[in-house]
Amino acid sequence: MIGSGPSTGPGLSPANMSIERHERRYGLALALPALGWTVAFFLLPFIVMLVLSFAHLEGREVVQGFDTGNYQRIFTEPSLLKGIRVSLEITLVVTILSVILAWPLAWIIAMQVPPRWQRLALMLAVLPFWTSYVVRSYSWALVLGESGVMMQALIGIGALDAPVQIMATRAATIIGFVHFFVMLLTLTIYSNLVQLSPNYARAAADLGASGWATLRLIIIPLTLPGIMTGAFLTFVLCIGDYITPQILGGNNELTMPQLIMLQLGRRGDFPMASALSIVLMALVTLAYAATARWLKMDRL
Amino acid sequence: MRVLGWIYLGALFGFIFLPVATLVLFSFQESRLPVPPFDGPTLKWYAQVLADRGLVEALVNSLLVALISSALALLLGLCAAQGLSRVILPGSALMRGVLIAPLTVSYLIIALGLLSVFNAVGVRPSLMATGIGHVVINLPLCFAILFAAMGDHQKNAEQAARDLGASEWQIMALVTAPMLKPALLAAYFLSVTFSWDEFIIAFLLTRFDVTLPVEIWSMLRSGLSPATNAIGSLVFLVSIAVLIVLEVTVFRKARS
Repeated sequence: MIGSGPSTGPGLSPANMSIERHERRYGLALALPALGWTVAFFLLPFIVMLVLSFAHLEGREVVQGFDTGNYQRIFTEPSLLKGIRVSLEITLVVTILSVILAWPLAWIIAMQVPPRWQRLALMLAVLPFWTSYVVRSYSWALVLGESGVMMQALIGIGALDAPVQIMATRAATIIGFVHFFVMLLTLTIYSNLVQLSPNYARAAADLGASGWATLRLIIIPLTLPGIMTGAFLTFVLCIGDYITPQILGGNNELTMPQLIMLQLGRRGDFPMASALSIVLMALVTLAYAATARWLKMDRL
Repeated sequence: MRVLGWIYLGALFGFIFLPVATLVLFSFQESRLPVPPFDGPTLKWYAQVLADRGLVEALVNSLLVALISSALALLLGLCAAQGLSRVILPGSALMRGVLIAPLTVSYLIIALGLLSVFNAVGVRPSLMATGIGHVVINLPLCFAILFAAMGDHQKNAEQAARDLGASEWQIMALVTAPMLKPALLAAYFLSVTFSWDEFIIAFLLTRFDVTLPVEIWSMLRSGLSPATNAIGSLVFLVSIAVLIVLEVTVFRKARS
């Protein structure tokens, strides 16, 4: 950015300074509408939510005040505390499983599939992205249900005597999530892998490293940025998603988004829903802090 | 080792395609439940879905919201990227941070915040409210893509145009936009895709005029049905068709 335009010319003659002022005013004027939009429809609502989270409900009326009661309830009431635990457990399992499944897939596409077929293989690997998100969860309900394709196939080949219940359990939620995030992570890890120079692997081999040692000590560490970017995205999207746990997991154990929706739907308890949202955001911030040094969000 | 690789590839592709294949196959189911054994094929569910006024209206609503909100997000994002990449302002980094911030917040929370504000000022749930929410989620995306795409050679070309006496609007329309065409198209279509498929904001911020994902959601309440398979397959088919057209026309040209 420096070294372009008249603003960084060596001599600060009055003419240059006035051009610079003009440039700045113009730049700011261009940025203002977008900033205004974000402030009005994102920052302001966030502040309203923060304030609301310290209010409480009397009957159906929101009573404003500075009341930490909602937060105390979140961390003491078993049903709410369980929501945080369930959300964290599901999200962590999903993130780890997705990385473990997606890494080899990305590696095979990048290293084993002939270059001219790689783009096609990658597009196929993310094809189900293009169904609607709601429909994708519904499709897993078709597959995993007691009379669904998978159970019937397993019973057909004699692996099972009777259907096992997967729908409306945590397993169904996890399968649905992993399906989505394997696609996402395959993309981020693949784009990281193809940028690696093959010389790293050759150098390691020349120095006597076995294939496995090269993979473990050289290649995998070099793909950490791709893994972490994908893992962070997975964490954010997974912990905040209402659709998948609602369709596949049912109402047996509720995740945080389900609890938030429950507060809204049942009693219109905006204060409690806001407090739960703030806690959810705090968890995402922690995940960001944990992965920040590998993330390249600005280079998206 | 290589054989293992191909087996793994096949297994994962199987996992990835299993639900979509099931969805499409049982949209042709003859009986009322989309589960084995398959007893089709029939197109009657497609006929039923296309004759459903509510669904078709929802589809049109979704398209409108997606096309308009994405256009607005693109315009705001382009202006901001142009403004912030040209000069270093005091607080540039902060402004970029503010613009990107919505990317890291769950849609549910954005929806809840907007719902609280709209309730407070008396704005009723509507497609317009949903569109506002969709601009919030897509603006950071458009901004980030366009900001990353603005390089030095583009700034030099703009400078040249300015020196030759072009007005700022001429520069934007005749120099900046054509140079950024691939990034503009990518940002726009990504935004349209996200808006088109977005559920929770539309669910909380619409009431009578709903979008397609919300309409599909309400279909799910009546349980499994080949009609739901049919509408899901249609959405899939249309998306793939658009993707192929884009790939062949716009992006292939852009790459070469």
